Amino acid sequence: MGRKLLLEHINVPGINTFEVYRQKGGYRAVEKALKTMSPDDVVEEVKKSGLRGRGGAGFPTGMKWSFLAKPEGVPRYLVCNGDESEPGTFKDRFLMTHIPHALIEEMIVSSYALGANTSYIYVRGEMMPQIRILEKAIGEAKAAGFLGKNILGTGYDLEIYVQPGGGAYICGEETALLESLEGKRGNPRIKPPFPAVAGLYGCPTVVNNVESIAATVPIVNEGGEEYAKIGIDRSTGTKLISASGNINKPGVYEIELGISVEEFIYSDEYCGGIANGKRLKALVAGGSSVPILPANLVTKTAAGNQRLMTYESLSEGGFQTGTMLGSGGFIVFDEDQCIVRNTWNFARFYHHESCGQCSPCREGTGWMEKILHKIEHGNGTMEDIDLLWDVQRKIEGNTICPLGDAAAWPVAAAIRHFRDEFEWHVLHPEESQQRNYGLAHYADPLEPVVQ
Amino acid sequence: MLSVQENLPVEFSEELLAKFAEVVSRYPAGRQKSALIPILHLVQAEYGWLSTDAMDKVAAYLQIRPIEVYEVATFYTMFFLKPQGRYVLEVCRTGPCCLVGAEKIMKHIEKRLGVKEGEVTEDGLFSWRGVECLAACGYGPVLQIGPEYTYYEKLTEESVDQLIETLRNKAKEA
Amino acid sequence: MADEVVKFKVTIDGIPVEVEPGTTILNAARKIGGDIVPPAMCYYSKLEGSGGKCRTCLVKVTKGSDKDPRPMPKLVASCRTTVMDGMEVQNITSPEVVEARKGVVEILLINHPLDCPICDQAGECKLQDLGYEHGAQNTRYEFERRTFDPISLGDKIQLHMNRCILCYRCVYVANQLTGEREHGVLYRGDHSEISTYIEKALDKDFIGNVIDVCPVGALTDKTFRFKNRVWFTKPVNAHRDCPTCSGKVTLWYKGEEVLRVTARKDEYGEVEDFICDTCRFEKKNTSDWVLEAPTQVDKESVIGANHYLQFNPPSVIKENKKLQAANAEQLQRTEPLK
Repeated sequence: MGRKLLLEHINVPGINTFEVYRQKGGYRAVEKALKTMSPDDVVEEVKKSGLRGRGGAGFPTGMKWSFLAKPEGVPRYLVCNGDESEPGTFKDRFLMTHIPHALIEEMIVSSYALGANTSYIYVRGEMMPQIRILEKAIGEAKAAGFLGKNILGTGYDLEIYVQPGGGAYICGEETALLESLEGKRGNPRIKPPFPAVAGLYGCPTVVNNVESIAATVPIVNEGGEEYAKIGIDRSTGTKLISASGNINKPGVYEIELGISVEEFIYSDEYCGGIANGKRLKALVAGGSSVPILPANLVTKTAAGNQRLMTYESLSEGGFQTGTMLGSGGFIVFDEDQCIVRNTWNFARFYHHESCGQCSPCREGTGWMEKILHKIEHGNGTMEDIDLLWDVQRKIEGNTICPLGDAAAWPVAAAIRHFRDEFEWHVLHPEESQQRNYGLAHYADPLEPVVQ
Repeated sequence: MLSVQENLPVEFSEELLAKFAEVVSRYPAGRQKSALIPILHLVQAEYGWLSTDAMDKVAAYLQIRPIEVYEVATFYTMFFLKPQGRYVLEVCRTGPCCLVGAEKIMKHIEKRLGVKEGEVTEDGLFSWRGVECLAACGYGPVLQIGPEYTYYEKLTEESVDQLIETLRNKAKEA
Repeated sequence: MADEVVKFKVTIDGIPVEVEPGTTILNAARKIGGDIVPPAMCYYSKLEGSGGKCRTCLVKVTKGSDKDPRPMPKLVASCRTTVMDGMEVQNITSPEVVEARKGVVEILLINHPLDCPICDQAGECKLQDLGYEHGAQNTRYEFERRTFDPISLGDKIQLHMNRCILCYRCVYVANQLTGEREHGVLYRGDHSEISTYIEKALDKDFIGNVIDVCPVGALTDKTFRFKNRVWFTKPVNAHRDCPTCSGKVTLWYKGEEVLRVTARKDEYGEVEDFICDTCRFEKKNTSDWVLEAPTQVDKESVIGANHYLQFNPPSVIKENKKLQAANAEQLQRTEPLK
């Protein structure tokens, strides 16, 4: 069993209440930080922990905090990003539903570390039940003296508010989130300036993912160095993985970074293997935007190394043969799934979610969806596949925010690894409407790399 | 441009206005526009959709231009700009849910309710639509129903039938 | 002692220029001028916050600065990226930039109606120019083009949403010049549209400037609509003593008739001064104006063609010594054609 830092007490009845959470050692981090540590000490511990942002980009959290501008007389804000919308990712919802005080506890510590007196938790509007849960938790914490004026007699004041979104994936992008929090359309801002300098209401702001914030509880309690002992290389600590698709045990799992992908998929502790005795065809390891991998690149890398659940190992081989840990949205495809159909589905998602501000994304995502729809429905040509490749290239890297990349990568990877399945749709238009291409050769062992 | 055939004049109740005021108090002075999305949710929960009159009154309340409200209400997909069924079944149609049968569930709902996506049943009780990822991928297929946005997970055709029946009965009682 | 003015040296396509800190790459390039100036469809120097959206001005930064010479990992929007001292930029010398720009142009055109033959903007359309300079011969888009229902913005301004490229300039004009914005961008993604949502005439003073800033034919002047092709009209600079604006305009003549009044524009299509709606819509008699001189027109422009082929100078020129002097060269050239 791997160590559980976030979900240690997840099965304790009533852990969603302040009372039980506190009995289990909750809010110790607040006491420790506010009474014995300076804000800079907290930042230092987070830096030492090597914690990387859990929202998808993997940027070191401590470093992000240290970039925060601190001009005199200007308020600073901490905004928690709970807009979780990346297909395949549902860990934040899980955390907020079942152990909301973990988030509130560390919101307090993080706000203290950043010198914020008002902090917001932005939660996607569809998660109205979770918003109510968090509001209740905030009320409980406030009643117990952990929020409000002069917290624990330390002189530190803090209010936390929960802000609902309105239904827009793009608001997971931090500057779009800030626009939305200001009551505007979720159009990402053009950077610079970065939020650390001019964020919410033009003030210095840090935006962190729910899990990133929650992960700093054990870091403060046990020290950054202890936290950094878990994991491998620059992938330290534990990570919540949202497992979905054709597996026996879908759900949210906390893993120590560094376990093998094979163990995660097939062991009974985690996914419990492919459902219905089928075989693995493909894997999306980190949410819909990361490159999809065929089965033969899942458990072993192209160089023959064991593939591990770390930022580094999953990206080994670059986009040619690797992928990304992303947000930890682990989607498993069995042999009956159609990659073309799934790629079309994802393209439709990004088309639907494009904010429309910059032209390559606004027009390109719709174009990709239309071409994929055509191929999937047996009307495609070989030229369409090349065109699709070219359109995604015209989008990638040329947009204001990462949504363009997120739309382009899954299309690129699907063509790169599953081109023959696309061609089969073109060459067998009628058959492709009756049955799926199946596993084909996607699970065949790779040729050994010749030096 | 939406040609507005339907409008619904509204008068916000004292109770609703008190809720608005609480929301506005969460932000620094002069930043009341931040309250826009939470307030639109409150209005939609009350009336089932956002009429232009309701939006204009929200604009007046927040001291912003009406267009600023329209811009936001049309950007975010949770807001309805025309009347809906009393219960709107919003089924996740994104990848992971489709791997476990979401498309079949949508077809079943269409057949069961006898209306196409976006349409309202004759009795005014139901409408349905596909929505993008609801962040419940491990428990799919999944649907949600506002204004509480309760999730119904691991749907089967039987459980959908049951749900529709329960909602029908609930409406009768009310 | 006065502080010495700090200047940053930046090199664009091998041409060095010194600019003040805070200058964008695009404006540094405009200071150099010529072919190396990136095209800009959404950026407008007089509208705060504009730019960054159309992506036609993407350039490659091959050296960040003297202090940190690392190149920037992606192409950047030159209109929103400020220069650093020692920065080196490639625009037309970078095949990557040329390729990306071609892609952006193709993408901007896939849903554009290409109804240039009946578009009032034809001849002074930035998208037309852009397509001509950077576009491909054929479109690879084979799907139905997106269309919008027509909406009325009143009796002065015509909106053709199908032609819009969502540069947001008109939204900034309404925000920054009229103070009371009635229109905006509704919906999202490729369904985004400029609209008032509930049909409403745009009538705030200065709103007419949305016509001048629109890079395409999405917002045109109803008082000029279908009256003539711009290349058959003759632009003449004029002014009047206006209580609300500078009163400096360009009058567009056909024969002796003023068909249209616009603000004066520079070579990048940007106005010198925004003008009020009275000057634009209400003052269409020569007697309302003090004429100055024919407007300098880019010799590449189709409007320029009119200068050469004019057998008979318009009567305003015949009667005005100053205009005759200003047009001396042109009159001489067309003399043998008479």
